[in-house]
Amino acid sequence: MNGADFVTFSLTPLLIGSLAALACALPGNFLVLRRQALVGDAISHVVLPGIVLAFLVTGTISTWPMLLGSAASAVMAVVLIEAIRRFGRIEPGAAMGVVFTAMFAAGVLVLEKSDTSGVHLDVEHALFGNLESLIWLDATGWTSLVDPVALAGLPPELFRIGLVTVVIGLCLAAFWRPLAISTFDEGFARTLGLPVRAIGLGIVIASALAAVAAFDAVGSIIVIAMFICPPAAARLMTNRLGAQVAWSAAFALIAATLGFTLSASGPAWFGSENAVSAAGMVGTVAGMILACAALFGPART
Amino acid sequence: MLRDALTFQLGYNATLVTVAAVLLGIAAGVTGTFLFLRKRALVSDAIAHATLPGIGLAFIALTLSGHDGRYLPGLLAGSAITAMSGLFAVQWLSSRTRLSEDAAIGAVLSAYFSLGIVLLTIIQTMSTGQQAGLEGFLLGSTAGMLLSDAILIALGGLLVVALVFLFRRPMSLVSFDPGFASTSGVRLDRIDLTMMGLVLGVTVVGLKVVGLILIVALLIIPPVTARLWTNRVELVVILAGAFGGIAAWLGAGLSASAPDLPTGPLIVLVSFCAFAVSMAFAPRRGLLSSFVRHRRFQTGVHLRQGLLALAQGQPIYEPLTIRLLKARGLARADGVPTRKGTIRAARAFRDEKRWEVARATPELELAAARYDGLTQIEDVLTADQIVEIDRRIGPPEAVP
Amino acid sequence: MQARLEDVSMRDMRERATQGGPLVIRGMTVAYDRKPAVFSVDASFRSGRITGIIGPNGAGKSTLLRAGLGIVKPLAGQATFFGTTLARSRDRVAYVPQRASVDWDFPARVVDVVAQGLYRRLGLLGRYGRDHDDMVMTALERVGMEDFSARQIGQLSGGQQQRVFLARALAQDAMLYLLDEPFAGVDAATERAIIKVLKTLRSDGRTVIAVHHDLSTVEEYFDDVLVMNVRKISDGPVGTAFTPEALETAYGGRLERGVRDPQKARA
Repeated sequence: MNGADFVTFSLTPLLIGSLAALACALPGNFLVLRRQALVGDAISHVVLPGIVLAFLVTGTISTWPMLLGSAASAVMAVVLIEAIRRFGRIEPGAAMGVVFTAMFAAGVLVLEKSDTSGVHLDVEHALFGNLESLIWLDATGWTSLVDPVALAGLPPELFRIGLVTVVIGLCLAAFWRPLAISTFDEGFARTLGLPVRAIGLGIVIASALAAVAAFDAVGSIIVIAMFICPPAAARLMTNRLGAQVAWSAAFALIAATLGFTLSASGPAWFGSENAVSAAGMVGTVAGMILACAALFGPART
Repeated sequence: MLRDALTFQLGYNATLVTVAAVLLGIAAGVTGTFLFLRKRALVSDAIAHATLPGIGLAFIALTLSGHDGRYLPGLLAGSAITAMSGLFAVQWLSSRTRLSEDAAIGAVLSAYFSLGIVLLTIIQTMSTGQQAGLEGFLLGSTAGMLLSDAILIALGGLLVVALVFLFRRPMSLVSFDPGFASTSGVRLDRIDLTMMGLVLGVTVVGLKVVGLILIVALLIIPPVTARLWTNRVELVVILAGAFGGIAAWLGAGLSASAPDLPTGPLIVLVSFCAFAVSMAFAPRRGLLSSFVRHRRFQTGVHLRQGLLALAQGQPIYEPLTIRLLKARGLARADGVPTRKGTIRAARAFRDEKRWEVARATPELELAAARYDGLTQIEDVLTADQIVEIDRRIGPPEAVP
Repeated sequence: MQARLEDVSMRDMRERATQGGPLVIRGMTVAYDRKPAVFSVDASFRSGRITGIIGPNGAGKSTLLRAGLGIVKPLAGQATFFGTTLARSRDRVAYVPQRASVDWDFPARVVDVVAQGLYRRLGLLGRYGRDHDDMVMTALERVGMEDFSARQIGQLSGGQQQRVFLARALAQDAMLYLLDEPFAGVDAATERAIIKVLKTLRSDGRTVIAVHHDLSTVEEYFDDVLVMNVRKISDGPVGTAFTPEALETAYGGRLERGVRDPQKARA
């Protein structure tokens, strides 16, 4: 592949995939440590109804309605789960199972019944994304990176995921201490005056934003691999929180780049011309990384 | 159209599909109850998603060996194999590494699903000259189902129901009280494995009807709904089966009555409606009754606490307590008791004293454990016992 | 630096001016699932004393502490710290939770946990400097854990974990220490180390309140007690409040022979 083709067809999917993996892995660390990995599962499923709702209200698929819709939908899911757990006295796993399957089913049904042919939104896309399609048609080569006309033609998904990744990164840096303390010892955190409820909800909202921004790239189920596999693998590599987050970021980037590369050029090694699903490959590589960490990670037990 | 679908008037195939769905709904509801009571509801999510690579691999193997890749029994067998390996992966990760079960579930379900998607795209590009249509396994599609497939699904559902019936005793024992079950000679690991096997069976049978993404809803929502209504295990099992069957019947009927309505989401939504109604109105665990009971309890506690404070001449700091006392004409806004309040306060104080004696009396300890700050001791102890307690307290003091 | 010194002296003056003790609890009722764990408890803890909250299992001792600290929401009642709200006295209050209440598998070293005690000093982004490191090490030395500073917390014994929790509270440099079952499931050496630290805190004029369940050590460890079983049964100095009658009421028939009479237990 020459430089021009690379910039046009691979650069933006690579960037979007990497940023998506990073944006999900960062809050994923806290989901895993709080034994809320399946909240990540729930959130990624309810992003779809959030987007569908935003589409029904605004009639478009643009950044802000999508982000708002899915954040609202994630918060609603968490509130419902909590209400079922508290008032119905149902264990949290089952409460989650009730809420996210129902919301996901509603999202799918509305999507099937409403006319979304004008926008880039369908059930298959929602299930496993379409990383390959996020190409930069205006690019003619590396020089396009400094060409304002070509830059204007960058896929909007890149800005969305870029914005979300930066916001999540900044929040993580700014709230590192409260996050660590409240994750380790919620009671103690309360006596320090930390708003533990808001922190917990903040993690949910950050995860929802990451999920919706990554949604274009990998869809709503493979995104769970991004939430859980890199942080879980990272936990098996180290016993320090800072190092764990760094490992998880590294694993996320490896999964994204290696997965995308394998999907694009892997089949050619077997003599096939067609590429396989990039999102699927990214998730598969993330799973393999976890498998390796579980077998050989220095802090695995 | 809908009435036709619900009364099995849409032809032999559609009828058989609906029957199959109902059997599946019952099997899922019943099996899911044990899983839910064992607090492992979401393990089924990992199992369900882990079926996808198996479907893909089976399709490839069938096609390469010169068979029709869409041969349902072959696909289901393939899905069962990877689903089982997914289940073992969850168990291995949570027992051999420091990862907790929830992280293991999330990791396994997403990694297997990703691999499955990769395989599906490989199949799409395999030049087999036929539409694989494997996407139907994601969200379920009953449209255009072969007669043999419908029979297979119906028989599978029937088999799972029969197996659940066969193993119902050890499974209820294990899910209700694992500790007691293992001391009474039940092999915990074997029953757990049986339970997971049944979950796997439900999942595989349900792939075509509900789809692998939403099959967990059938395993979770009906048992949770049933749990809201009753505390008895046998009843939860029966109710969950009933809810599951009815939801499947209505959902499959709705789906058959209109084009491009995917069966899976419809069954899930019907199921959720039953849950939502139960959550709102069920006695004890429903939102409405929870709210009413909590308010009543809170009011009772505040009144009691206020009356006790009045009886002992202590100031009341809580504004809500004073408001409640005032609303019932027991005290003035400044916290001074009325005549009625003084009498009630003395009565509450005496009751409290009696409880105190009861709690210090070993023979009455069991009854004393029922103390909740509201129950009158007359409701718990016999008149003779109260006379005995009063003898130890001494005569009532005059109301000041 | 000048400003900070002034702050401290102002605070001392205000502290002396306020009428309330370090912790006053009024009409506290907490219910789990419509069953009161704590019912209408009034308690006032004296400054510069070590107070034990005593009672059988399930008597609501920890719940009383946690409700006072706002960790669980009470149905009725309130707690005041140093004559004001908890929100205004957080710098003067340190809490040592039950050891079992956290996941010790958390990826952190001993120093990381103790440094959490400096949060209110450091804030969100304040730089963790050498003086902070010194504070952490001093706190660890006071509990005899300085050699374990770089140890992963999951590798500690129960007693060592308890000492790390105490060190975190010491790093807070508070005036009131609330400890939830500090002696539960710890080795004898740790128990001695902890009580020594608590007595040092008392001689510095600080107040200590600890939930405790071992009746045989009550008179040795505490100045005051609060005996409770859902309701308050007695409180005050050990000599007047820790009586056989109070224990009889608190424990009912559950009190084992031998500790039934504290006077005899001491002999």
